[in-house]
Amino acid sequence: MQPDSSRRPALEVTVLVSVGRHPVTGRARRADQDARGVELAKSLPNAEIGLLHAGRLSECDEPALRSYLGMGFAELSLLEQPEGADVVPAVAEALEASSSQLVITGERAEQGEGSGLMPYLLAERLGWPLVTSLAAVESVENGQATLLQALPRGQRRRLKVRLPALLTVDGSAPAPRQSAYGPARRGQFDSVPGSVCDDEPWSQWQVQPARKRPKRLKIVKATSPRDRFKAAAAKSEGGGGQVLTDVTPQEGAEAIFKLLREEEVLR
Amino acid sequence: MSEVQRRDPRKEWIARNRLHPRHLEVLAELGRGAASEWMGPHGVLRRNPHAVGFTGPNGVKRIDRSGAQQGVTGGGAAAAAAEQKPRVEISDPAFSVVVVPDMAGGRLSGHDRDLLGLARRLADVDSASRGVVVAVVFGPHKESSFEEAGIDRLLHLDSSDVTGYAPEARLGALGMIDMAWTPRHWLLPDSKLGGGELGRRLAARLDERPATGVWQVEADPNQATGWHCIARGAAESLDIQRELPRITLALAECAEPVSETRHAAAPLSLPEPLPTTLSRIEDLGQVPVDPSGVALSEAEFILSAGNGVKDWDGFHHAAEVLGATEGASRVAVDDGYMARDRQVGATGTWVTAKVYVAVGISGAIQHLQGIQTCEKVIAINMDPGCDMFKRADLAVVGDSGKILESLVTLVEQSREESRDAA
Repeated sequence: MQPDSSRRPALEVTVLVSVGRHPVTGRARRADQDARGVELAKSLPNAEIGLLHAGRLSECDEPALRSYLGMGFAELSLLEQPEGADVVPAVAEALEASSSQLVITGERAEQGEGSGLMPYLLAERLGWPLVTSLAAVESVENGQATLLQALPRGQRRRLKVRLPALLTVDGSAPAPRQSAYGPARRGQFDSVPGSVCDDEPWSQWQVQPARKRPKRLKIVKATSPRDRFKAAAAKSEGGGGQVLTDVTPQEGAEAIFKLLREEEVLR
Repeated sequence: MSEVQRRDPRKEWIARNRLHPRHLEVLAELGRGAASEWMGPHGVLRRNPHAVGFTGPNGVKRIDRSGAQQGVTGGGAAAAAAEQKPRVEISDPAFSVVVVPDMAGGRLSGHDRDLLGLARRLADVDSASRGVVVAVVFGPHKESSFEEAGIDRLLHLDSSDVTGYAPEARLGALGMIDMAWTPRHWLLPDSKLGGGELGRRLAARLDERPATGVWQVEADPNQATGWHCIARGAAESLDIQRELPRITLALAECAEPVSETRHAAAPLSLPEPLPTTLSRIEDLGQVPVDPSGVALSEAEFILSAGNGVKDWDGFHHAAEVLGATEGASRVAVDDGYMARDRQVGATGTWVTAKVYVAVGISGAIQHLQGIQTCEKVIAINMDPGCDMFKRADLAVVGDSGKILESLVTLVEQSREESRDAA
C-alpha cells in the first residue's frame, strides 16, 4: 500500500468545501464552517490536504471557491454536478477512490436544504465513524486520532476515533485565516465529471424565504377570575425560594454547597 | 335503629346562639365545628356566615375569597391541580410515536416538552384509534414528571454502554426499537445536546430522508401521511414546506407542551437485550475548561459580584476554586473592580447559566433582566429585603466574604475526601 513511507506524508486529509451564503447580503461566499474545517486541516502537522467541491463552476460561485484557494492551496478538485443534484453518491465514490484517512467538512450547508445530513450519509455509506462538532484535533498517531469535541456551554469532550474517519466542524473551531488574493487568482480548478443523481423530492417541495416565527403566547389557564387577574398582573419572579436568615456563615455555605452538588456544577 | 333523623331543637338553638356558653361544644357535637356550610336535615344547604373568615389585625372580621386560606392547609395548590388532571390510559394502541428527549441535566427540557406536545398531537389525531407516545431515555435521569409531560410508555435504557457519549450504541438501540415496534413517527429535538446528531444518524441508518429544523406541523389531508411540516433550511434563510416524513427533527416551540392531561408513563422494555456493539469512538470524558475563557453568555456556572463584595481577592479565589465563570453587576464594573465584558444585565451580557450565584448584588431590574433565563439563582446579601431574594431559589442573609470563605473550605474538604477515597 505505502511503498515509501519515509517520503509520503503520514496523513491524507480531504476537506469538503461548499459555497456559502452571506447572512445579510445573500451573496455567495466561502462557507464559514467549511473554512473553519480548512483551517483545522491546516493546523494538522504533516498532512497533505486536498479540497473537494461538488457542483458547477458558475460565475457567481467562482470567487467563493477561489477564496478557499486563497487560504494556501494550489488547486481544488471540482466534482462536476448540475444544479439541484444529490451529490452524496458522487462524493462517496470520489472519497472511496481517494486514499484519504480523514475527511473534514462543515456541519451544514448555507444554501439549499441545509439539513446537515451529508456527513452522516457519507459516513453510513463509507462505513466510517463520524465525529460531530469538532473543536480541535489533538493528535493523530497509530491510526487513531484524539479529538476535542465542542459541547454546548463552552465545554469540551475528548474522544478517540479510529481512522479513517469523518469529522464535522462547527462554529467553535478556530476562526479561518484570511483569504489571500494572489494565491486565490493563481489557483487551479481540477474538474472531474461525477456521476449524476437527481434529487427528486427537493423539486417537489415548496420553498420560500424564511418567515419570522410567531412568538409563543403566554396561555393562562385559570379557573377563577381572581387567578386570571393575578396571572395578567403578575411580575415574573421565581417565588418559592428558600431564604435563610440568622444562620452562621458555615450553615449558609453548607446550604449553597448542597445546591451546587445537586446541580452538578462542581467538578 | 330507626332511619328517621331526630332533631334536637335545643341543640340547634344553642348552635345558632354564638353567645351561649355551650355554643362551641354543641357545634362540635353536631359535626360542624369549623364548617361554614352543611347540608340540613331536609336537604337544604345551610350556611353559617359567622364561621366564614377570620379576625384581622385590628379586630375587624375579614373574609378572604381568594382561596388562599384553604391553600395553606392543602399542601400546595399545584399538587392539588396535578391530582385533578384527568388521567389518560391507552391500553391497545393503534400505532406508536417514539420521542427521544435530550434529557439535558437528567431532566426534560422545555424543548423536550414541546416535542412531546407535538408527539401527543400526532398520536391523538384520530380519537377512535389512538396511538401511544413512547419516550426513550438513555442513562440515569432525575425526572419525576413523565406523566404530566404526556408520555404513555417509557423505555428507560440504563446499561453502561449507552450512558455517556455513545452514539453508536444508542443508534443500535434505536434500530432495535424500529424493528420491534415500527413506529409511525420518530421525533427528535434538533439540538446541539445530542438529539440532532442521533436523529441524523438514525435517518442515515434507516435510509429515510428526515425533515430537519421543523418548526410547524399542520394536518393536511392532501398528503399521504395526513400532515405537512414547515422546516428551516439554508442557514435559517428558507422555509421548506413538505410532507411530514417518518423521522422529524424539530426545533424548540414546535408545539405547545401537554398541560391538561396525565398519562400512564408505563415502563416498557426491549424484547431482547441490546447487542454489544464495538464502538469505534472512545469517550475519554469531559476536559476541564478554563472557566474564565468561557464566554459569559454561554457559561454554565457564574459567580457574580456586586457592590456588597469587599474582599475582592477572596472573591476571585472562590471563583477559581468553585470553577465558576466570573460575572459582575454594573456597579462593580463602574467602580473598576471587574472588566466591562464581565457585566451581567441589560447593558452587559444576557446570561443563560444553569446556576447563577449573586454575591452582594441587590438586584436592579436591569440585572434581573439579564439573568431571566438562568435556572437556579443563589443570592448572598446582607439586606434580607432586596429584590434579588425574590428571584433567588436559595437566598442566604449574611456577610458574603465569610460565607464564600467557608464555601471554599467545604469544597476543598470534599475534594480532598474524594481524592483520599480514590
